[in-house]
Amino acid sequence: MATETTGEKSGLVFHPMDQFIVEPLFGNGPVTWYTPTNVTLWMGLAVVGVILLLVMGTRRRAIVPSRTQSVAELAYGFIHKMVEDVAGKDALVFFPYIMTLFMFIVFANFLGLVPTAFTTTSHFAVTIILALAVFLTVTIVGFVKHGMKFLGLFWVDSAPLALRPILAVIELISYFVRPVSHSIRLAGNLMAGHAVIKVFAGFAALALVSPLSVLAVTAMYGLEVLVSFIQAYVFTILTCVYLKDALHPSH
Amino acid sequence: MEGQLAHIGAGIAGLGTGIAALGVGNVAGNFLAGALRNPSAAAGQTATLFIGIAFAEALGIFSFLVALLLMFAV
Repeated sequence: MATETTGEKSGLVFHPMDQFIVEPLFGNGPVTWYTPTNVTLWMGLAVVGVILLLVMGTRRRAIVPSRTQSVAELAYGFIHKMVEDVAGKDALVFFPYIMTLFMFIVFANFLGLVPTAFTTTSHFAVTIILALAVFLTVTIVGFVKHGMKFLGLFWVDSAPLALRPILAVIELISYFVRPVSHSIRLAGNLMAGHAVIKVFAGFAALALVSPLSVLAVTAMYGLEVLVSFIQAYVFTILTCVYLKDALHPSH
Repeated sequence: MEGQLAHIGAGIAGLGTGIAALGVGNVAGNFLAGALRNPSAAAGQTATLFIGIAFAEALGIFSFLVALLLMFAV
């Protein structure tokens, strides 16, 4: 990552976007869809982390919970309450899916904060798949539950008749733009945060500003810990909102 | 020349994210003002706060997207 090319025109010791380069784990061959890359590795680690937390947390269930069990129970209760409050009681069928999404994103975000780690959720290719899966699920659920009446989501009954076609166009656009904003919010926030940390780290090469730069990196890191959790939370809560729209399409 | 113009355009599009920050700050500030008036009702509205922030931020994300497209796709 930190290749010493001080003669570069950018003036930084390393490029702040270098941390997002996808590289094959073994050898230097071309990256195709089946190549194990650092993305594969860190995604796998996130999945292993989720499994470890939830399996170890529920292995030895005690009345007075151990630390691992408390964390697992806290996460479970947090998402369960969120689904119930935001999407309604009948959305609890989808609780396992939403819990999976939240745990995966939270673990991928936090693992990305480990120094020299690769942040998988900073790639649009990763988050767009998560968002498209949510989008397809919601659309299919809406049509299965309500049939053609689901299209009433775009035909606002409470508006004046003359306004309805215009509103329908706006609603249609906002519906199809959902996966875009849903995915880019997560990836953009993480990518920007990690790039900013790297930019500040690059200034540490100048002896005069290096104490300031270390301070800035520390502060940004603290902010990033917060952002990692909040973005996972926002992604999950928006999934719940979209699910509510599909289950109860009336405005 | 055209590539440089695209970079200038990306910079201008980046301004949009800053303007979206105004919207997000507006949402959060109004929430805080309401929460300080009636703290007992605030805890139940944090989900609404985050949904509001997410929707306000969505439009800033589009300008970020435009900037990205100008940087890498045009």
